[in-house]
Amino acid sequence: MIHYIIRRCLYAVPLLLGVNVLTFVLFFVVNSPDDMARMQLGQKHVTEQAVQNWKHQHGYDRPLLWNDAKSGLERITDTIFYRKSVGLFLFDFGISDSGRNIGADIGQRMWPSLALAIPSLLVGLMVNITVALLMVLFRSTYLEFGSIVLCVILMSISSLFYIIGGQFLIGKLLKLVPISGYDTGLEAIKFLILPVLISVIAGIGSGARWYRTLFLEEVEKDYVRTARAKGLSEPRVLFKHVLNNAMIPILTGVVVILPLLFMGSLIMESFFSIPGLGSYTIDAINRQDFAIVRSMVFLGSALYILGLLLTDISYTLVDPRVRLS
Amino acid sequence: MIVLWTDALLFLLVLTLSGMVAYMGRKPHMRRPLKKIAHSKSGMVSLVVLLFFLLIGLLDSIHFKDEGSHLNDVISVLDYLARPIQENSEKTYSAPFSAYQYSKENIMMADGSKFWGYPRLKYGGAHLDRPEEQLAGDIALKAFIGFSKGAALMLFFLLLLWSFYKDRHRHLWVHGTTKAVLATLFIIVTSFYTLVYLSAFYHVLGTDKVGEDVFYQAIKSIRTGLVIGTLTTMIMLPLAILFGIMAGYFRGWVDDVIQYVYTTLNSIPSVLLIAASILMVQVYMANHPEQFNSLLLRADMRLLFLCMILGVTNWTGLCRMLRAETLKLREMEYVQAAQALGVTRTMILFRHILPNVMHIVLISVVLDFSSLVLAEAVLSYINIGVDPTTYSWGNMINGARLEMARDPVVWWSLLAAFLFMFTLVLAANLFADAVRNAFDPRRAEHG
Repeated sequence: MIHYIIRRCLYAVPLLLGVNVLTFVLFFVVNSPDDMARMQLGQKHVTEQAVQNWKHQHGYDRPLLWNDAKSGLERITDTIFYRKSVGLFLFDFGISDSGRNIGADIGQRMWPSLALAIPSLLVGLMVNITVALLMVLFRSTYLEFGSIVLCVILMSISSLFYIIGGQFLIGKLLKLVPISGYDTGLEAIKFLILPVLISVIAGIGSGARWYRTLFLEEVEKDYVRTARAKGLSEPRVLFKHVLNNAMIPILTGVVVILPLLFMGSLIMESFFSIPGLGSYTIDAINRQDFAIVRSMVFLGSALYILGLLLTDISYTLVDPRVRLS
Repeated sequence: MIVLWTDALLFLLVLTLSGMVAYMGRKPHMRRPLKKIAHSKSGMVSLVVLLFFLLIGLLDSIHFKDEGSHLNDVISVLDYLARPIQENSEKTYSAPFSAYQYSKENIMMADGSKFWGYPRLKYGGAHLDRPEEQLAGDIALKAFIGFSKGAALMLFFLLLLWSFYKDRHRHLWVHGTTKAVLATLFIIVTSFYTLVYLSAFYHVLGTDKVGEDVFYQAIKSIRTGLVIGTLTTMIMLPLAILFGIMAGYFRGWVDDVIQYVYTTLNSIPSVLLIAASILMVQVYMANHPEQFNSLLLRADMRLLFLCMILGVTNWTGLCRMLRAETLKLREMEYVQAAQALGVTRTMILFRHILPNVMHIVLISVVLDFSSLVLAEAVLSYINIGVDPTTYSWGNMINGARLEMARDPVVWWSLLAAFLFMFTLVLAANLFADAVRNAFDPRRAEHG
């Protein structure tokens, strides 16, 4: 088990390196450090000296990937790529192009993201599973047919409309909760109710349908027939036996996305002006702040790889037949 | 005649698709699932809706230089047909079927005095003398005339169809699916005809900030949605099929390299990858203005780039599925037999593996379509989608969102984008379900 985890962690290194090279190349293939300096300093009236100063200050005055002027190992180490990447691997994100400490920003903005993402995930999961189980319970009736149609309809509506509609209806017409914004401490709850509610409703269509197929597969199995033969009532069979056994695919599906909850939701956060990591990323994209975008890409990939590892481990925990080797 | 990149690719795609359907129709083992789709009511009805959208999208994809207009710019066949609607542009917002502008301004009266009020629209309801009293009656009348004309056209067409086919395919006429398809066709054509007829006199879905007809915008957006939904899959399919089958069949280091590539791509949050790439394209376009001399060309290239980027971020899922399926297939007896008989590897891949994974490809293509159309709107909202000058539902939503704070609310742009997008995505979802039911062997067993 320990060996397996260590091996997987080592396997993550080339992956992260690949991610890093890719983002680096994507950005610098068209963009030179000079362009970046002009972008940050403003387009007009920039002297050559100012550009050089900015590049020196932010460490962009080296060659990109290969330094011919130096000898030995320094040919690789004295480059922008090396200097900017080593910090990432130690999770030291450095200073953004506009001069703020990225690590501190992330530490601070992580919490609103989590405060939004965790309740959305939990409530959504509970609602989806309940709806799906009810659909299976009433299978081959008009009720099921109706709810499947409803699911397809809900699926076909863009998430943007859920957000706009929810904000308009609950925030503006009924004035139940503030439309957008955020506050610290317990005050935050009133700002979070609406986004959580909307993300749950927006997810019901596809979520309930997905869990329904999971449960339907499970319902056909032999142990269910045995349970029915024993004389257990249908709700009891479903909510106890089927649910317990379907938990394995459900849990492992959830574990993958657990680490990514840190990254927050881009759309929800920017719509509801919640100062989380999602809106941080969007702001960085709009300001073309490469340092932040690269850090977030790196963080996201690292968390995704962590999610894959956690999935494999959780398989062994919930299903004793699976062994890691 | 001017051919944009996306035009050419879209037509190429339609040709390939019709070729594929014709080919599949001749193969007996493929005819069964096709028949199953043809017998599914929801599948056929949604197919009719999709084809209608496709027709509009294709009309909008034939571009030519407009000699007649003073601007001498490039327009499409759809623009040409819809010119009366397009040219009826007002000064600013106006509600659907309104004869008055949305906001007040100073109006010059006939006697030279000024008056602060809602001015009449230049085109919307301009034929009425006293809009307050006449408006409702006139709309009802015009709607009725439009509807009857559309219905008459449709009935004539149906009669023609019936007289041609009544003897040869008698069983088709009593079939429920045929009735449903014809009913859908009737509803679509008449309602569309009514809307088009009405929009000669009114702005049926209002006008936007610069006074452009929203109905026109929504129709123009169809092409963008279709291009994103289809071209993206066209770009991702070769990657996914080639790499997926190779990884599964050759295993060893080929498998390792391909797995490394797709895990790397997959581990980058897709929105960030798209954002970074679009950022790159934007910078490139800003630095090389000489290559993109017209606005249309620029917007078109950006649309194509967006499709490519979406394709690059989306192929990994299908690739993984194909790899798993190929791993299973290569151990099958018939593949082993082919190997033993000395069939070359390329032949095995083409003759034995590829046809047997095609159902997965087909299902994933139709499933992806709707999510791509939805993704376009979201991406446009965070400014990493299509060019701001391109007509798209995402841009319409983005533009209208800021007006929600106004009082009275400017809701019509949102409604139009919602209606069109919802219809397209719903039809795509229903069709995808029908295709999955027909082609997925696991589902086919259940009947």
